[in-house]
Amino acid sequence: MPRVELTAHLRRFFPTLEVETRVEGDTAAEVVAALEARHPGLAHYLVDEQGALRRHVNIFVGEAPVVDRMGLSDLVDENERVFIFQALSGG
Amino acid sequence: MRTRTLIAGTRKGLIQLRRGDDGWRVRSAHFEGIPVTYAARVGGTLWAALDHGHWGPKLQRSADGGATWSEVAAPRLPEGPRLHEGGPEAALRTIWTIAGGGRPGRLYLGTVPGALFRSEDGGESFQLVEGLWNHPSRSDPAKWFGGGMNEPGIHSILVDPRDPRRVLVGVSCAGVFETDDDGSAWRVRNRGLRADFLPEPESEYGHDPHCIARCAADPDVIWMQNHCGLFRSTDGAASWSELHDAEGPGGFGFAVAADPNDPERAWVVPALSDERRMAVGGALCVSTTGDGGRSWRALRRGLPQRDCYDIVYRHALDLSGECLAFGTTTGNLFVSEDRGESWSCAALFLPPIYSLRFDED
Repeated sequence: MPRVELTAHLRRFFPTLEVETRVEGDTAAEVVAALEARHPGLAHYLVDEQGALRRHVNIFVGEAPVVDRMGLSDLVDENERVFIFQALSGG
Repeated sequence: MRTRTLIAGTRKGLIQLRRGDDGWRVRSAHFEGIPVTYAARVGGTLWAALDHGHWGPKLQRSADGGATWSEVAAPRLPEGPRLHEGGPEAALRTIWTIAGGGRPGRLYLGTVPGALFRSEDGGESFQLVEGLWNHPSRSDPAKWFGGGMNEPGIHSILVDPRDPRRVLVGVSCAGVFETDDDGSAWRVRNRGLRADFLPEPESEYGHDPHCIARCAADPDVIWMQNHCGLFRSTDGAASWSELHDAEGPGGFGFAVAADPNDPERAWVVPALSDERRMAVGGALCVSTTGDGGRSWRALRRGLPQRDCYDIVYRHALDLSGECLAFGTTTGNLFVSEDRGESWSCAALFLPPIYSLRFDED
């Protein structure tokens, strides 16, 4: 099960958020969907209504930023680290 | 004098101010650090449009005058529609204005990218007003395009007080559109406007009305601060006349406030040219007309008259009874209690102010 690390910034809006957790998912999109199931509303903070990663949010799979920012189809291996953080831009 | 409250949407949150015996004071701040693009009371509810730099546009409301807030689901564009042919799927960027719909429970949101949303249940849910979104001009990048923002946006929503099925919206850039059948069919209302930034200045579309405001007592009278000058309509936006006065405001500015009782009177805050966007001559003034825009008078008493760079955005000038107030891009807030004849500074050193509205309490 992938290991997810989330920016603590999101705790302001989701106070029960665990910034390190594990969720099911074979793609970055499935990881986001699993987080949404746990924290309703969270996905819309990360992606827009068309499922595209927001302009100033980054998701890394391992050490590489996702390639498919429009659909988050990037594959996530078992036990891989998924790192979700606000970009330096956009603040 | 009744206690008055002001609600400011700023670059760093929502700020409420109250006038007490010792003048205006900041009373509370909310959403600190988060841009608030617009905030206002609609009926019994305060609404705030947030524009997180990272997390997208959000909508908050308060039923207790701002003491507590809760997030409600922001509107979403349906899957599929594109900004223009061949472009990316459209997604909500900014909630730019919030307006009551003239019926119980009805609320409008004007957004970037050029979408109008309506709620019939007090904001529990929003639906895209498809009649405007599907207007044949909307997906043509030569007719609807970004002004200050990268994508077109709806900043003004004027519901006719005589008939809530009649609504005017102002779009930067596209122009003014009107429906009289509750949003099904829309027609363009740009006749008489001028767009100096287009190869054909009298183009049917592509105009940049920075703000439109209506006289409540004579709703066919509508004022417009346009990117290219000041305009007024006396026929419900069917046609516009440009207002000229050598002694009056320059052609540029963002905000306009209409007198709700006197169709001849309005206020604007002039700014220096679209190339520079700063106070004219380093001095702040509000300009007013009492003769339908034929002549204008500069109101300067109490406003800084040197070394000033402030300008006033389109939602940051408001009128309530005898009181006028405006907030500036450099975070200064001024109030007049005699309809602009004299001004006092209500706050300094606030964040850049995007919107300012009186909130009676």
